Amino acid sequence: MSAVTTSFPNSAVAWHLPSRGKVAMAGLIVAESAIFTIFVVAYLFYLGKSLTGPTPREVLETPIFYTICLLSSSLTIHLAAKCLARGIGFAFLGLWLLTIALGGLFLYGTAQEWHRLIYEHGLTISTNLFGTTYYSLVGLHAFHVTAGLVMLVTVAVFSLSGRVGVKQSGHIEVLSMYWHFVDVVWVVVFTVVYVLGR
Amino acid sequence: MSSNAITVPGAQIQARPWVDELHQWLSTVDHKRLGILYILSALLFLAIGGVEALIIRIQLMHSHNNFVSPEVFNRMFTMHGTTMIFFVAMPVLFGFANYLVPLMIGARDMAFPRLNAFSFWLSFFGALLLYFSFLGGSGLYGAGSAPDVGWWSYAPLGARAFSPGHSSDYWTLALLVSGFGSIGTAINIIATILCLRCPGMKISRMPLLVWMNLVMAGMVLLAITPLSAAQIMLLIDRYLGGHFFDTQAGGSAVLWMHFFWIFGHPEVYVLIIPCFAFMSEIIPVFSRKPIFGYPVMVAATVCIGFVSMSVWAHHMFTIGMNSYANSFFTLTTMAVGVPTGIKIFNWIGTMWGGKIQFKTPMLFSIGFLFQFLIAGLTGIMMASSPFDWQLSLSYFVVAHFHYVIVGGILFALFGAFYYWYPKMTGRMLSERLGKWHFWLFLIGFHLTFDVMHIPGVLGMPRRIYTYEPGRGWDTLNFIITIGAFIQAIAILVFLANLVVSYFKGDKAGHDPWDAWTLEWSISSPPPAYNFATVPTVASRRPLWDLKHPEDPDSRYE
Amino acid sequence: MLRKSSTVRFLTQTILLLFWSGMTVWASEPEGSSSHGTNIFAPASTPAKSIADLSVFVLVITGIIFVVVFALLVYAVVKFRGRAMDAGREPAQVYGSTQIELAWTIIPILIVVVLFLATARVIHAIQDAPEPAGAVQVTAIGHQYWWEFRYPRLGIVTANELHIPVSDPSHPAPTFLQLLSADTDHSFWVPELGGKTDLIPNHPNKMWIDPQRTGVFLGQCAQYCGTQHAKMLLRVSVDEPEEFSAWVRAQQRPVIEDIRAIAGRRVFESNACMNCHAVAGTVANGRFGPDLTHLMSRATIAAGATKNTHDNLRLWIQTPSAIKPGSLMPAMQLSGADLDAVVSYMETLR
Repeated sequence: MSAVTTSFPNSAVAWHLPSRGKVAMAGLIVAESAIFTIFVVAYLFYLGKSLTGPTPREVLETPIFYTICLLSSSLTIHLAAKCLARGIGFAFLGLWLLTIALGGLFLYGTAQEWHRLIYEHGLTISTNLFGTTYYSLVGLHAFHVTAGLVMLVTVAVFSLSGRVGVKQSGHIEVLSMYWHFVDVVWVVVFTVVYVLGR
Repeated sequence: MSSNAITVPGAQIQARPWVDELHQWLSTVDHKRLGILYILSALLFLAIGGVEALIIRIQLMHSHNNFVSPEVFNRMFTMHGTTMIFFVAMPVLFGFANYLVPLMIGARDMAFPRLNAFSFWLSFFGALLLYFSFLGGSGLYGAGSAPDVGWWSYAPLGARAFSPGHSSDYWTLALLVSGFGSIGTAINIIATILCLRCPGMKISRMPLLVWMNLVMAGMVLLAITPLSAAQIMLLIDRYLGGHFFDTQAGGSAVLWMHFFWIFGHPEVYVLIIPCFAFMSEIIPVFSRKPIFGYPVMVAATVCIGFVSMSVWAHHMFTIGMNSYANSFFTLTTMAVGVPTGIKIFNWIGTMWGGKIQFKTPMLFSIGFLFQFLIAGLTGIMMASSPFDWQLSLSYFVVAHFHYVIVGGILFALFGAFYYWYPKMTGRMLSERLGKWHFWLFLIGFHLTFDVMHIPGVLGMPRRIYTYEPGRGWDTLNFIITIGAFIQAIAILVFLANLVVSYFKGDKAGHDPWDAWTLEWSISSPPPAYNFATVPTVASRRPLWDLKHPEDPDSRYE
Repeated sequence: MLRKSSTVRFLTQTILLLFWSGMTVWASEPEGSSSHGTNIFAPASTPAKSIADLSVFVLVITGIIFVVVFALLVYAVVKFRGRAMDAGREPAQVYGSTQIELAWTIIPILIVVVLFLATARVIHAIQDAPEPAGAVQVTAIGHQYWWEFRYPRLGIVTANELHIPVSDPSHPAPTFLQLLSADTDHSFWVPELGGKTDLIPNHPNKMWIDPQRTGVFLGQCAQYCGTQHAKMLLRVSVDEPEEFSAWVRAQQRPVIEDIRAIAGRRVFESNACMNCHAVAGTVANGRFGPDLTHLMSRATIAAGATKNTHDNLRLWIQTPSAIKPGSLMPAMQLSGADLDAVVSYMETLR
């Protein structure tokens, strides 16, 4: 049994490690991607297998405008993060609020589409396999958009009360990683549901 | 004597009121305390899950027994499996990871201490939710109780139509909630390892325990999430009228199986890889040599991580996949045995030429090697799809996976307990009680699980609450039950050791085993801040370098 | 003391090994003479034989691996144990060896290739075997907790006890089963006739067997299907060709009207019995429970849970939970007289 009697050598090594926020968000994105993959697999597997009820071709309308909104919001959030890093607070806040508006528009579009599907075509989550997989997949995505919007609004509130500056740009970058992820997922969902699925 | 602890000479420490102490524990974000909370919670559920196993074994002691009704029996095997995997094995391994990873990389705490605490309490709450079902649930026939659909809850048995009442909902929610806790912990482990290593600790210099927990955490992110997705789909079916697994509406029962086993197979590697980690730390120290083939051990572990994601349908060989699919999964399942075997050879290679000390941690490690070898070989037998058409769903499988989980994982865990208990508490566990524990458990384990392969070969399926006399299963089941009780006694000896040694064990000091990783450079138990000064390392065994300045590892790496 | 404990350990383990091998041989005695056991190493049909042969091959290879690695482990533990005089001196610190690593990577890969090729052959031979023209066709439908068997070409519907002809290897007469399910997952497992295949709703499966010995082969459901999964037993009666033809004719025969049974038949048809059960040629046409047209041709009732005797039948109809608690057959709440009448009626259904 020996005790350590000397202390460790002093480090002259330059030691750089990745930011824990970014690594953690990357981990979360990996995990969430796996969840979405399973829902996409279920959607693709059940295409054409519904025994009854409306089919995708009959009822789906491609939401081009709202997709452009969501994808543009990725651009605006990217620019906002850049502005903040450079210290241009005013531009940051403006772009940030624009991101929130675009995301909100997207959610409104989803709500509108669901209203039409339910009341005009009678398609609900329990109607048939298409209904189940469609509402689950698009709903899961919309839930993630909502969660993202909650976080974006929180940051907007902090920003309006002057608490967001250059020092917070690391956190803002981590949050924008999440927002980009939500957009990439929409690209996949859009392709699977509105392009391949019909 | 030098210590990294800062002490104030002459200070008198007043004992705190127990309420304060309790509050400290319940509100802690310290990785060491959370690690201990995980471990204590796991020990509690080990005892409960063990009682469930004993009930199963008493009922199966002879044919046409009446110890419990079929309904109760079906709840017992469901709860036993669910408890042991989700509320014993995963928490105890997360507990050790939590405790050891920051210490081994020279860090102050995990990357996200509050997320750490949140993840633990989510996991614990999940366990409570599962057990609340005994009071709040309703089984297959509305008679109110715990889930009884097996720990896989195959569709459509888990659907509303076949599981009315709420027992299946408790099962689903408990696992969903604790699954989120697991994902949180996994993210935390990855961020800690990638972002908080002390200077000089390049990725290629991390202890193997750290490497293996990194691989494990990565696998958790990809394995637990399919289960979470499937659970959400099941809830949609049960509550919103969805049809994901509703065969009457064109849904697929096989889809549930795929989703479940895409989780289920990597999950067992999530459980075994941290045990490989324990073995990779303990065997070198008690052989007095470094691990044989460190780079190969890392490569093999990463390889296992990837390949194990491609083998899941070997749990589904009997469901009627075509011959090409069956052949593919046979190949990948056999292939994953190669890196696993390489690790066994490397551990033996570590012992080779060493000077082996047969302290209790090493006894359990040798037991692990013997049993994991056998478990791996019965796994290869079942990898052969036609052989599996006979062995699957029988007691042979039950014997195989208990060989891995009890003979492998639990033995490795016992080794880890005896090895790191001194660091966590400052006291040594009794070697005498340790040897009693080891021998009693070894005898009980082999009596039960060696024999258990035989009824499988003789046609006894699993999950049956009773069986016909005259099939040749009676005597064998009786012997299996005896072994179970011997194991139970051994566990009691172990628990007694944990308690008695806490108060009466020899003082451990910094480094009772003359080991080489950073956790042995600080006091036992460590101070709250871990390291007074951040260490700098130049090799894989920093303490070896300090103890042998004439021949440091850094010269050879 | 330390030295002895490790040697004792390995002696114990070797003794255990020999003991358990002996146990396997001893325990594999089948029950009865015409009734066969459930030992996967006593195959009586081509798929079971192919599996058993492959299994022995796999066992031999894994056995060799075990012996080699176990010997290395024992040797390491015994030869390299630390002695008291070693205290303070560390052994040579060896970090690894590329050649050794290559050797114990390549050899296992070769073993995997050999095992895989041997296995793939058997998979293909069993799963992709074509169905010959004269094969007996059976549709098996799994229920909670009984088996429905239909012979589509022969127009027979029965339950729980399968009759098939024996197959002469020189002129094979296999039976091909289509496997369906009416509710949840089940699995058809008669170990001495073949590996198991699951019955999954909305997912038809198929399997085949060609038993080469006559007699009764036993098995049971292997996929947990609910409360009475344990008592969903299988009896496969493999008959000589003439016996099989006789059985088929008996099953195809319509129900014989029996005057003694009129009272019981009236009870049967005016209670809920016929909602679940069918008796061919009568108004009873329920499909939820077993077809009772030739109930008395079966040796057991309740999917093998008990023998088909007068007392058991009476008890079953009166209180199913006395024999199979959790079965989906409700207690019919019949009066004593009605119960006796129904049992008499059942006993005329030969």
